[in-house]
Amino acid sequence: MSSLLSFTILGLFTGAAYAIAASGLVLTYTTTRVFNIAHGAFGMVMAFTFWDFSQRQGMPVWLALFLVLGVVAPGTGWFIQRFVTRGLGEGPVSVALVVTVGLFVGCIGMAQQIWPPAARTVPPFFPASGLEVAGTYVTAHQIITIVLSAVVALLLYLLLNRTRIGTAMRASVDNPDLLRLFGGKPTQVASLSWAVGTSLAALAGILLVPIIGLDYYALTLLVINAYAAAMLGGLKSLPLTFAGAMGLGIMQSFAVAYLPAQGALAGIRAVVPALFLFSVIVLMPQAQLRIGQVKGIVSAPLPSTTKALSWGAALMVVAALLATSMSQANLLLVGTAATYAMVMLSLVLLTGYGGHVSLAQLTFAGVGALAYAKLDEPNLYGLLLSALVAGAVGALVALPVLRLTGLYLALSTLAFGVLMDKMIFQADYAFGYNGTLKAERLSLLGVHVDSTGAYVVVMVAFFVLMGLALLLLRRGAIGRLLIAMRDSPQACGTLGLDLRWFRVGLFGASAAMAGLAGALFAGLRGTIGAADFQFFNSLPLLLLAVVFGVTSVTGAALGGVGLMLLPVLQSSNPGAAGAIFAVIGFGAVALGRDPNGLSNLVFSLGRRLDKRFGLRTRLPLLGTRRTPGDDGSVEVPLHRLDPAEAAAVSAPAASKEVPAHVAP
Amino acid sequence: MSLLEVDGVVVQFGGVIAVNGAGFTAEAGRVTGLIGPNGAGKTTCFNVISGLQKPNRGTIRFDGRTVTGAPVHRRSKRGMGRTFQRLEAFGSLSVRDNVRVAFDIHRGITGLLRPVAADVDALLERVGISAYARDRADSIPTGTARLLELARCLAADPKLLLLDEPSSGLDEAETDAFGELLRGLAAEGRGILMVEHDMDLVMTVCDEIHVLDFGEVIASGAPADIRANPRVQEAYLGYSDPADETRHDLPPVELTSELPAVQEVST
Repeated sequence: MSSLLSFTILGLFTGAAYAIAASGLVLTYTTTRVFNIAHGAFGMVMAFTFWDFSQRQGMPVWLALFLVLGVVAPGTGWFIQRFVTRGLGEGPVSVALVVTVGLFVGCIGMAQQIWPPAARTVPPFFPASGLEVAGTYVTAHQIITIVLSAVVALLLYLLLNRTRIGTAMRASVDNPDLLRLFGGKPTQVASLSWAVGTSLAALAGILLVPIIGLDYYALTLLVINAYAAAMLGGLKSLPLTFAGAMGLGIMQSFAVAYLPAQGALAGIRAVVPALFLFSVIVLMPQAQLRIGQVKGIVSAPLPSTTKALSWGAALMVVAALLATSMSQANLLLVGTAATYAMVMLSLVLLTGYGGHVSLAQLTFAGVGALAYAKLDEPNLYGLLLSALVAGAVGALVALPVLRLTGLYLALSTLAFGVLMDKMIFQADYAFGYNGTLKAERLSLLGVHVDSTGAYVVVMVAFFVLMGLALLLLRRGAIGRLLIAMRDSPQACGTLGLDLRWFRVGLFGASAAMAGLAGALFAGLRGTIGAADFQFFNSLPLLLLAVVFGVTSVTGAALGGVGLMLLPVLQSSNPGAAGAIFAVIGFGAVALGRDPNGLSNLVFSLGRRLDKRFGLRTRLPLLGTRRTPGDDGSVEVPLHRLDPAEAAAVSAPAASKEVPAHVAP
Repeated sequence: MSLLEVDGVVVQFGGVIAVNGAGFTAEAGRVTGLIGPNGAGKTTCFNVISGLQKPNRGTIRFDGRTVTGAPVHRRSKRGMGRTFQRLEAFGSLSVRDNVRVAFDIHRGITGLLRPVAADVDALLERVGISAYARDRADSIPTGTARLLELARCLAADPKLLLLDEPSSGLDEAETDAFGELLRGLAAEGRGILMVEHDMDLVMTVCDEIHVLDFGEVIASGAPADIRANPRVQEAYLGYSDPADETRHDLPPVELTSELPAVQEVST
């Protein structure tokens, strides 16, 4: 009996901390419509700051607490809202997601840079005190946490319902423009809510640190628990959010107490929050489609078939040259780059064309690799079958969120990534706990591709083929449909398109591409394990895909090389390992609004060269320059975003040729 | 039996009742107008009819079947097409591709094999926007974009067209041509239900008009009857006799949006 009570109290304690974090998340989301994936990362950085103040610099605890919760955290929240996430809520969900994932990774990098890995501890509040409740010892820290969550709930209630600014906050949820019309200041409201929200993240982080330790990832990923709780409240209701957080805390505590520590069910203990998040998303009521305005996004230029073919051939030649000249170790790196590039191609389809975000694309690659190793059919048949398995799993992940929109789809991939990481991949029927599987290299049409060089060439060939297929797809009816669906899902619906199945198909196709890449990777490496496909690595992958341009094959190729170089760079500059991460994270934040990313530089360079040298040779032949639209695409990017945003979005040279029109 | 029957539809957003038991019909081969002051619930009615908004109560019957719970795309397959007050053209595609997508969706997988270029051009010609065929849809004027949405609808050869303020953004000559076009579409046997603020157009083109105020139908009838109806005048002007004093003490308020739950507002 007393053990039941003590586990309940433990559950209430963690639940209270989740509730504090989740209410901050709800507050920022409802007032600005930006779902902050980095909410937990903020909490992590603030917990480190608290350690720095109270332990390293030796400030009294109350002072450190005041400085972090009252100055640093709100200041950070205000700054982020003011200069980073402002206006994101009105744009596509995918952009907001990418920018906050950028903040997420950037925060982790920054924390690693400022506070390099070392053993650090933060003692609980009043470590020596506690109470005896019905035979169970309750620490003062636990009591304080539970009381604080109630205080936070009360203060938030008073803030939202009894103050002028709180009323304005609730009003800005519904309609910021109308609020402005009536003399309110939505920007101030947004800044305030981010300041308060970040403080709440900080408080939750500081309260949890004595229990889970100062760890970059554990603290950051705790936010999944907060997501789950916030989802139960539909990202709106604070009481439901609190209930969800408490329930989750208790469930987690009971899972640890009563589920077997061995056997098939053992894995469940670690994934209770992810399962909870997944089920809440599945059970969410159907989303209402929003009706907006004409949206066009800056599309990457679509290369002509000749151009695409010649670049593909050039890439093959380069791969062949590398294959004959490079060392085994370096060839493995080239193969890795090709793998990443293929996974990024799957994101071009999903995110660049389709406008959906997956936070676990590498996990799908892992599914493909696992299938390839398990099938033990090292030929084209086995390869395609592995891709199909990954595609089917992708479709399954998308299936429950058929009725919902982008944000929920992305969060369900996150839950899926965590589930696979902690439960499936490590299970005996998969890679096994810390285990690896052997995978053989491919035989193509009876020819066994044995040498690493030849295998790398085959991988690059697959990349080229997938890239060409993608461009072909983009040109045709399906490509048009994808763009149409991204621009206006509701118009597609009223024209008779069943968005749900189309979306599942898109998700499955993208997962299949990633799975194919994973299967090829398995053959390249020979032995693979769960560590190769860790969920967390999907985030830098997504970010680099965005930084290099998620709308083009060029971007995927460059991004693949970039992601491969990342660990190389980090191991050669161990001192700057965190900084490199931070640069990528914050780079994605800066470039997140421009879907074409750095590839734009390549395109504008190409255009300039074309103008300089290409025009002269073409003029006598055609008489005029090629006009856009022949192939069903319009090459010159224009945008409809509001002027302030347009300035931020406009790529260095992409929109110079034709002035941007904004539909009146 | 009418082509479209809206019966007792109620839509509530929180405490606000946007549509309060509205009921009206639209006939095949006729142009029906749905008018009313701002915020009367016209667009919400359209959303309910086309399936973008679930009503709290009430039924929608279309072409002899109840479609109240049917998803958006199924209503479209049954022959319902709509345009949007706040434009929903595919901004990153060219005008021609906007219509091409509509054909692709309508014809399905088998249709992908048949060439559609000629059909697309014929439709653009019919609504009079051929000149813009190659322009990106987010770069064309508002009036043109509305015509584009109409062309896109027509690609699916709908039995009923729901047009939400189709003429705003058109100049006088264009509006006249648009009126002709509507009469032509109705003559083909299509039903047209139109929300419109241009009273001249409504009065000349519509066969029947329903007036909505505070989510209720306050009058239905031929244009001449509607024009003479004192309740309609009161709903529109706030008083039934234009000679009454006008309020000068309040600044004019421009409503920038419909209800927030349905529409996202961007500046």
